[in-house]
Amino acid sequence: MDNQSCVKIINEWDIVSARQLGRNVAKELGFGTVDQARITTAISELARNIFLYAGQGQICIEKMYESGKVGLRIISIDKGPGISDIRQVMEDGYSTSGGLGAGLPGVKRLMDEFMIDSNPGEGTDIQATKWLR
Amino acid sequence: MDFRRSMESKYRELLTSYLKGGSEQALYQSQKFSRNALERNIPPEEMVSLHKNLMIELFPDDFTAEMQESFDILLEVMVGYGFAYREHQNLKHIQQELRTEMEIAANVQQTLLGTEVPCVDGMDIGAISVPAKHMNGDYFHFVKDENNSVSIAIADVIGKGLPAALCMSMIKYAMDSLPENRKSPTVVLENLNRVVEQNVDLTMFITMLYGTYNTASHCFSYASAGHEPGLYYDATQDEFSELPAKGLLLGIDKKTKYREYEKEVMPGDMIILMSDGVTESRTEEGFIERETLLSLIKKYLHLSAQGVVQNVYKELEKLQDFQLRDDFTLIILRRKV
Repeated sequence: MDNQSCVKIINEWDIVSARQLGRNVAKELGFGTVDQARITTAISELARNIFLYAGQGQICIEKMYESGKVGLRIISIDKGPGISDIRQVMEDGYSTSGGLGAGLPGVKRLMDEFMIDSNPGEGTDIQATKWLR
Repeated sequence: MDFRRSMESKYRELLTSYLKGGSEQALYQSQKFSRNALERNIPPEEMVSLHKNLMIELFPDDFTAEMQESFDILLEVMVGYGFAYREHQNLKHIQQELRTEMEIAANVQQTLLGTEVPCVDGMDIGAISVPAKHMNGDYFHFVKDENNSVSIAIADVIGKGLPAALCMSMIKYAMDSLPENRKSPTVVLENLNRVVEQNVDLTMFITMLYGTYNTASHCFSYASAGHEPGLYYDATQDEFSELPAKGLLLGIDKKTKYREYEKEVMPGDMIILMSDGVTESRTEEGFIERETLLSLIKKYLHLSAQGVVQNVYKELEKLQDFQLRDDFTLIILRRKV
């Protein structure tokens, strides 16, 4: 797994480390400054969710090479309480009204691909990918 | 992609022309540019990035590294705005969908609850019902039966919009299922009261007035479940009086009994029934005075009953600046001279 590096999210400062990691990889892969900023914003959101709701977990950044395309994948894994109604958290205006930042729908829009898997009591697993154009 | 390239050259043009002369013209063009960019959903962070890149290109020596880096902060902040912008776009889209859905629902409601104003010899009947939002929480229904009588139901759910409308469908079907021979006003209300009490949650109450007009004896018998009182217009005296009616709202206590009232109707006289959306029409100064309503009715008395209700509605709509606070229903039954 050379292409993947991870940061444990335990306190708020770890969010900064995760952002830094993501930005370094994004730069290295050749993403422009706008996309770098989008990727780091997505990382912030996911890391904040771990910090605020799951207590702890980790953010991994993976370089993707797939049929000639180059991309960056953010993987967010936690063993927190999980999400019972995924449809609801994926709805615009739901999470933001509670003051939780831009929320998952925002992350989904910032990235090209988005996948979420969550079971109550087991935790949440999110993967979001951005491809270099 | 084409637009993005042309956007870049257009922006370069604006920037250089402005930096040369600082003209208002260039600023006006920029405003037009932003409209175009918004139409294409260009997020703010891209504009910041475009600006920064052009500055580097235009001033390779003077645009220092610090100045360039300062844009990283602005870019980061603008990503946040872009985030909100995209969410807003999507919420607008969702709102449009909901609106369409509500319009369809309102049509379905029209079909489900639709009633025709009956034509009866010796009588002139007019009715209007307008929802404050899409869906109507007021309801009225006419039934003309073979023994020379017309039954009128007028009801109002406390509250408005979708929940009220859903509730009204239930009332309509409960009423339809009452046996034909048990339709005296008190029996109807007592039956409906039981239905509402059993089926509707505790926070939803319904007021209703049910009456039967006998076209042979010209007697109007009615009962009320806390509904806005009706009015009687005496044509010879040119006076209005309230139709007395006492009764508890539907859905409060399943043992409620209702009392039946009777009113003999003379030629030219009118019975006026309404929902509280009529009496609680609000202007800037507060609720309209009862006198205002009465004088409006008088103003149009020379018209048919339908003409009266429509014109009274129009005037009250105007008085309220075309914003109804509550569903509005007005019915007039006039005995022809």
